[in-house]
Amino acid sequence: MNRHHVIAGISAPDRRLMAAGGLIALGLFALPLFGSALVVDKLTLLMVYIILAVMWNLLAGYAGLVSVGQQAFIGLGGYFVLRLVESGMPPFLAIGLGGFLVLLAAWPLSWLVLRLKPAEFAVAMWVLAETIRSIVMFDPLVQGETGRSLVSLNAIDPDVRRTTIYLMAVVAVVVSLVLSHALLRGRLGGESQAIRDDEEAASSVGVSTLRVKRWIFLISAVGCAIAGTIWLASAITFQPRSAFGINWSIFMLFMVLVGGLGSYLGPVLGALLFFALQEVFGDFGAWYLAGIGVVAILFALFAPRGIMGLIIGKTGQEPLSMRKLLIMREG
Amino acid sequence: MMTRLIVENLTCRHGLLTAVRDVSFALRAGEVLCVIGANGAGKTTLMNAIAGTHRPVGGRIALDGVDVTAQPAFARVRSGIAMSPEGRRLFADMTVRENLLIAAENGRAGDWTLARVLQAFPQLRPLTDMPAGRLSGGQRQAAAIGRALLTNPVVLLLDEVSLGLSPAAVEGVYQSLAMIKEARTTTMVVVEQDLTRALGFADQVLCMAEGQTELQGMPGHLSREQITDAYFGIHDKELSDV
Repeated sequence: MNRHHVIAGISAPDRRLMAAGGLIALGLFALPLFGSALVVDKLTLLMVYIILAVMWNLLAGYAGLVSVGQQAFIGLGGYFVLRLVESGMPPFLAIGLGGFLVLLAAWPLSWLVLRLKPAEFAVAMWVLAETIRSIVMFDPLVQGETGRSLVSLNAIDPDVRRTTIYLMAVVAVVVSLVLSHALLRGRLGGESQAIRDDEEAASSVGVSTLRVKRWIFLISAVGCAIAGTIWLASAITFQPRSAFGINWSIFMLFMVLVGGLGSYLGPVLGALLFFALQEVFGDFGAWYLAGIGVVAILFALFAPRGIMGLIIGKTGQEPLSMRKLLIMREG
Repeated sequence: MMTRLIVENLTCRHGLLTAVRDVSFALRAGEVLCVIGANGAGKTTLMNAIAGTHRPVGGRIALDGVDVTAQPAFARVRSGIAMSPEGRRLFADMTVRENLLIAAENGRAGDWTLARVLQAFPQLRPLTDMPAGRLSGGQRQAAAIGRALLTNPVVLLLDEVSLGLSPAAVEGVYQSLAMIKEARTTTMVVVEQDLTRALGFADQVLCMAEGQTELQGMPGHLSREQITDAYFGIHDKELSDV
């Protein structure tokens, strides 16, 4: 008998949402024409947050890989860009290549960490991040804690630089959203959800769990690296303590858990909320971090499935859901 | 008829504990083996070792003459061994349909299709779009067996078929299994706590106690007393009076 799968059609409300997303993206591309320098800088940071949240959600929400060490790739991406630029490569080209180099570094690491149990994986990733940071700090170019600036970026006209970095950030967000959508609606999406639900059962129905986890791990590593390079390009100074900081993991955790773990749009909403909180309370110093903690606690108590959980509770369905992804037709 | 599955001197450990010691059996195509024994006898470890989710420390497993002992679980599914594990272990956040299709995608090509599984397990028909986490015990068991069948296995491993199910649900599941057995193409290894059920369903019985084979044979050739003694690992007749 001939059988084939067809991907279930996208519902009308979801189509409208996607069209709205496309319009927002167009608006973001046009923004430098009329937005102020401050707005462009802020939005670049928001784009970095969105990429990071989407990548962490891919790992934890879809493959069950909880990592507190993604800063390894954020920092490594920044470091590679610094090195490439120092060796004479044009900065914007280096930003693109940095992500690729991280892919090459993450490949062998994936063999190591993906064989571990979930809790071991989480800790191992943190250890990995700290180890890579220590190694990078031995580089005479970085000089330990001191760090190094992307001097050649300063040579570029500030407006051109700001706009280029911003546009790269918007492109990166669009690519990561479109790519993860395609990925999660495809076969890998179903397989990774099966692994998240029960890894042993997934392997006993024939899912090569290591292959699926490696794909997700590598995509997430490259995504974090690209976010890291964009962040470095807008911050200019590379300091190992901040580039490899555990803060990144805490931010990602916050955005994804508050937005809605394992949903497609949740991390984007989480990133928006996190960004807004930072804007409103950022001037309060340490109190701002306490505020973030309080928000996280409130969500854990009253909305454990995050903003997306609240939306599902209200409307009864998840917008842009990755569920019911396959229908089999026989004939 | 050729030998489909050979398990030879299989030994498995959990740390220092030897959970399965020197277990051997051979099954032809379409034959049904029921594994019985008390809790902790090593039945589930034996099943996991055949499925490939537990790496044995000794012995070998061969499917159609090919040694599969070193194959990881997912590769064994492609070779033709599939398991419905203890506790069903469905993907709780995914719908029944997704649970079934993911097996179909990763398994072998063959006669088992979604339509045929729904025919064999009619209780699943109205549930296909429901998250698997919301099913009742019997429905879960049916879905887990259906999921294993969709990989089109030549050897089907069923761990703890009736554990935790209502008598009616057990009856329903066994009716479906009887249909599969009748076709005589799928070899089955079934872990069953219910002795009467096991003896009625099996072509061969393997009784385990403390990891070892206590008794092995065809149900018709074994007395009920022999089996109960083996079940509790009783060797000395006098002890049975205590």
